[in-house]
Amino acid sequence: MLELDNLLLNIYDLLATWFASLGIPIVWLDLLVMVFAGLVIIGVLALLALFLVWWERKVSAHFQDRLGPMRTGPHGVLQTLADGIKLLQKEDIVPDVADKKVYFWAPVVVFATAFMAYIVIPFGKGLIARDLNIGIIYILAITSFTVISLLMAGWASNNKYALLGGMRSAAQIVSYEVPLTISVMGAIMLAGSLSMVDIVEAQGPYFWRWFWLPQILGFGIYFVASVAEVNRTPFDLPEAEQELVAGFNVEYSGMKFAMFFLAEFVNMFTVSAVATTLFLGGWQPPLPGLSFIPSWIWFFGKTLFLVFVLMWFRWTYPRLRVDQLMSFAWKFLLPLAFANLILTGLGVYLFK
Amino acid sequence: MDSTVNQKGLREEEFLINMGPQHPSTHGVLRLVLKMEGEYIRELTPHVGFLHRSIEKIAENRTYNQFMPFTDRIDYCASMPSNLAWAVAIEKLAGIEVPERAEYLRVIMVELNRIASHLIWLGCMSLDLGAVTPFLYAFREREWILDLFEMTCGQRLTYHYIRIGGVSRDIPPQFEKSCREFLKDFRKKVDDYEAILTENPIFLSRTKGVGILPLDLAKDLGASGPTIRGSYCKWDIRKAEPYSIYDRFDFDIPSGKNGDVWDRYMVRIEEFRQSCRIIEQALDGLPEGDTVRAKLPAVFRAPAGEVFSRIEAPRGEMGYYVVSTGDKKPYRVKIRTASYGNLQVLGPISIGFKIADLVAIFGSIDVILPEVDR
Repeated sequence: MLELDNLLLNIYDLLATWFASLGIPIVWLDLLVMVFAGLVIIGVLALLALFLVWWERKVSAHFQDRLGPMRTGPHGVLQTLADGIKLLQKEDIVPDVADKKVYFWAPVVVFATAFMAYIVIPFGKGLIARDLNIGIIYILAITSFTVISLLMAGWASNNKYALLGGMRSAAQIVSYEVPLTISVMGAIMLAGSLSMVDIVEAQGPYFWRWFWLPQILGFGIYFVASVAEVNRTPFDLPEAEQELVAGFNVEYSGMKFAMFFLAEFVNMFTVSAVATTLFLGGWQPPLPGLSFIPSWIWFFGKTLFLVFVLMWFRWTYPRLRVDQLMSFAWKFLLPLAFANLILTGLGVYLFK
Repeated sequence: MDSTVNQKGLREEEFLINMGPQHPSTHGVLRLVLKMEGEYIRELTPHVGFLHRSIEKIAENRTYNQFMPFTDRIDYCASMPSNLAWAVAIEKLAGIEVPERAEYLRVIMVELNRIASHLIWLGCMSLDLGAVTPFLYAFREREWILDLFEMTCGQRLTYHYIRIGGVSRDIPPQFEKSCREFLKDFRKKVDDYEAILTENPIFLSRTKGVGILPLDLAKDLGASGPTIRGSYCKWDIRKAEPYSIYDRFDFDIPSGKNGDVWDRYMVRIEEFRQSCRIIEQALDGLPEGDTVRAKLPAVFRAPAGEVFSRIEAPRGEMGYYVVSTGDKKPYRVKIRTASYGNLQVLGPISIGFKIADLVAIFGSIDVILPEVDR
């Protein structure tokens, strides 16, 4: 009933016949659909980021025996919006000694790439902007862009704390990319495809057939590495407040700061969405009998649960030190990821 | 700045970072000038004096009783021990007998304040290590102690409760019940802190073997309190030179082995429990009586002479050296504060560690800046 894919397909068919009757080539309709999909994704994600900021504040508050925002709207739901308006009104300060062009483009790059990953994420059955046949590789490539923007911000600010933060983030994200990519391989081998839709469909509507069970190691490695990817506690060294004041974004104010901030939350949702797609069956219900609940609700439910776990980490753990962080990636996660890869390869060879 | 050219023809220079006076983890207005090599600290110079209020000079222009509120401001996280230190010094100088009940009340208040002060340390140190939640837990428990102080003397930060010759007023009737409830609850809360920090592998790896303070160095630089006790030195004025009525209570002096951040952390955690023991014994032995303050003449003059007396404040030894000429006002007052001595060790023990370790080390020696600058 609430399943969106049939509805959208019907609308598409309707429009296609209408376009045909008017004699307009179908290419234009496809273009229109793509623009529309892009706008919808940006709109939904911007709203989602606002929600996540509020949610994080609420989660942290309840972890800490507080109430959190309560004044703006019921239970403070409009707090992020109010903060956003405040940030919009703020003066945009550019340091005199900054590299002005790079300083300007850094938040743009981080913001744009944060959204680009969503092109290939299946939000529900048939709810995908573009089913690329190399979907997962595309996501890995796009999320790596974050490091460039953080380096840009750290370097262009011409501030020592920002530079240290930028250097830390470069070292960290590049290191954790390696185990992350290798842990993703396991799921790809099981599914036999790089397309996000194929990976979801290979898992089927039984929760014990989802890839988290055969790939329990890979799931763990992916999740830990993705925490580091999105710079969250215990791996939030690039913006370690107690050491580097605010790290790479120390010089940013107003809306540029807000762009970094929102991008962090969008990225957090991205890694959770990819984890859901690869290991938790994407939009599939856990049992076939539960398929009356729309697929996109399953997807968002699972993803938001993983986001909650990320928040849980943040408000529980202290922060690692930079050398401990690196040795954890190279000496522990990477060998484990390789072991997982070999085991998965053996399993696929023997049982298929 | 010095710069050299290396073998490849690239220019190298020291990375000079000015940490503070406005920085999230300098706990006030301390300025640290760091010479770095990447993330490693090669040289550290603390610059103090941003909070200097010339309290020692003010003392020369105030009567003995008038100076008491100023002692609150020396260590505002632990006002009760600061009050006590001044009161003990003047009582020693003038030979004043303090009523029995007042002595017990002093011990209860000072130990409660020790817990409150250590709670601030616990919160700030875990915050420095990136764990935000214990900070709020610690302040939640501190709130209860502040409520106890508020019902006793009306103040929540600068108490001015302990006076020369006793305390300002008796505790209200509901104090004892609430205090016992707090102790019962707080023992469980200390176990909670241990569960969230002591048993956390990340916390362990951040604190073990970091910022090792050798005992010789600690003695040379005048470190005291939990900072020196972390380096396997069972030195506590409450046992070594008992003042007030501390010789009547049964408690242990916790001490560490290696003198790293972890040991200083464990010493303070154990001191939570020991303070609870002392307060319980003091509540049990609290004598009945109405007088909580010895009668002093309307214009109090200390006899001519000089005195030095010290107490064990939460951060270490706090001592007052007072010279009197028999006037209403002291001729000279010198205050020995624990934080000043403890801050001296920061430089030597941080060399070679990373900037992230510096924050942990600084948190573990628990410096409070108004006490350093006075």
